[in-house]
Amino acid sequence: MLMLPAAIIDGIMYAAWLFLVAVGLTLIYGVMKILNLAHGAFYTLGAYVAATFVGFWLAGDYNPYYSYLLLLLAGVIGGLVLGVLVERGILRRFYKEDQVVLLLVTYAIFLILEDVVKMIWGVEPYVISQPYGLLGSFNIGLLYYPNYNFVILGAAILSGVGLALFLKLTRPGKLLRVVIHDREISMALGINVQRYFLVTFVAGSILAALGGALTAPTISVAPEIGVEVIVLAFAVIVIGGLGSLPGAALGALIVGLVRSFAVHYFPEVELFSIYAVMAVVLIVRPMGLFAAAEPRKI
Amino acid sequence: MKSSSTMHARQRARRPQHALIALVVTLILIALGIGLSTWQFVVVVALSKGLAALGLVLLLRCGLVSFGQGLYYCAGAYAVGMAMSHLGIRDLVPLLLLATVSAAVIAALLGVLLSRYRDIFFAILTLAFTMILYGLLIRNPVLGGSDGFNVQSPTFFLLADGALSRRTMFIITAVVVGVSIWAVQRFLATPMGRLGPAMKDNEIRVEYLGASARRNIFWNYTLAGALAGLGGGLTSFSIGHIDPDLAFWTTSGEFLFIAILGGTRNAYAPFLGAIALELIRSLAFQYVPNSWQIVIGVSMLVIIIFLPGGLISIARLWLRSAARGA
Repeated sequence: MLMLPAAIIDGIMYAAWLFLVAVGLTLIYGVMKILNLAHGAFYTLGAYVAATFVGFWLAGDYNPYYSYLLLLLAGVIGGLVLGVLVERGILRRFYKEDQVVLLLVTYAIFLILEDVVKMIWGVEPYVISQPYGLLGSFNIGLLYYPNYNFVILGAAILSGVGLALFLKLTRPGKLLRVVIHDREISMALGINVQRYFLVTFVAGSILAALGGALTAPTISVAPEIGVEVIVLAFAVIVIGGLGSLPGAALGALIVGLVRSFAVHYFPEVELFSIYAVMAVVLIVRPMGLFAAAEPRKI
Repeated sequence: MKSSSTMHARQRARRPQHALIALVVTLILIALGIGLSTWQFVVVVALSKGLAALGLVLLLRCGLVSFGQGLYYCAGAYAVGMAMSHLGIRDLVPLLLLATVSAAVIAALLGVLLSRYRDIFFAILTLAFTMILYGLLIRNPVLGGSDGFNVQSPTFFLLADGALSRRTMFIITAVVVGVSIWAVQRFLATPMGRLGPAMKDNEIRVEYLGASARRNIFWNYTLAGALAGLGGGLTSFSIGHIDPDLAFWTTSGEFLFIAILGGTRNAYAPFLGAIALELIRSLAFQYVPNSWQIVIGVSMLVIIIFLPGGLISIARLWLRSAARGA
């Protein structure tokens, strides 16, 4: 009897997490037209920085409630440093290349960063579960949920709504929409497109690292966590339409619910179901659910 | 006028050389493998991966990047494993045929769909398909689940009964690779093979010329799948174990790396790339055991920036200067 509500609640919680790890990817694609495979590595790195910060904090006898602040800080610092390094150091040299070449370039960056993580933190998993348990739990009938889920839910909503408001209302946000609409025209209008690229890439990296940092307390942080996240995030933003913010939200909800129903009712098809939905959406609507059709250019 | 007629003459004279060059390369490979027996295993694995990358070369020549070549590699390997354990087939020839045909059939079915997609959407959809197979295999206890299962050594009808030795397996692999190189070189010289790079340049003009881009992509994709299936079948023999990771997207990423490292100029390039990758990997494992992915990633960036033609372009320059010197 509890299956249905459990499946729905799990699905929504999972969707919030998916949106959080995918929103940076769709932002970067929307502005720069780069499908960033290195996103998964940024996520991993965020999780490791968070594990280090929080581990250090909890080892001393400080107030454990500040560890939430440290999670946020870890995401911001990790994403900021890495985003600037990758954009300035590597990516910038490849902007003239085709989209598919850039896909390969980000794949190379992904491979490099995976090993950088192993070099810094080793291959042993890190566990920082205190922030996860600290907030207690709530129950609906017999179903118990850790309150930490609300942290993820809140972060997902804040990042989504914040980004949408930024794009709609602020001046830099409006200029960014101009860049998204037409890169060359906006250059001609005197917008510093290079700078918008840097800022966008760093913002996307911070969102990825933040996703990793906020996930860190719920998992054991190991080097391979990024490989799985990147394809999940792909599924989410592809279903919604690459570069679309509401699309990513819808994609996250679809993937979250599909997975949760699969887990509760047909556990053997869990992974299969996610990619099957992704393939079906791509077959029916090749550009995703929320993307407008583009005319073919000669 | 004169120059064009001499070019034709030169081309006509060059055509039969394909078979000869492929034969010489195969013989050199066999000689090297027997001479350097410690490298036999490494080279066999490299050659099987090279077959999958050879398929990617066909697609890359059309301007398509597939992140799902592992699907067919895995399908070929599982076809061999299942035919052995469920149908009791032990002979190498029918097993390899089965691996190639089953991969080609899947590729043809998906190719009908994929031939409508280009650019990044082609890459993503191929990735989705390979992950679907991964998701199916990893939770399926009949097919070994996440652990996969072991594959016995095959027999070969020309030889007396008993499992094949490593050296025989090496020679068979080298011959299969030689035949594939020859066949693909012939294919690249057909009108369909030549249309690939034209489509990469400008697909709409190709259609103005009266060719069908979709049909062309369909056949290239099916052939690419068949080659990967063949490579997967050979891998299952030489490694003796198969698991769902063959279909995970990182396997496809590795094939893509091999194809880019080698280059897409001809059918020899991916094998050069595959052997180079295994050498890099062996050396990196020896000297920097925990950071061979850094080596791979950096060399990928270096190739994209400085050597867009891949390693084969170095080999060509070298051959040409050797010819001029002689």
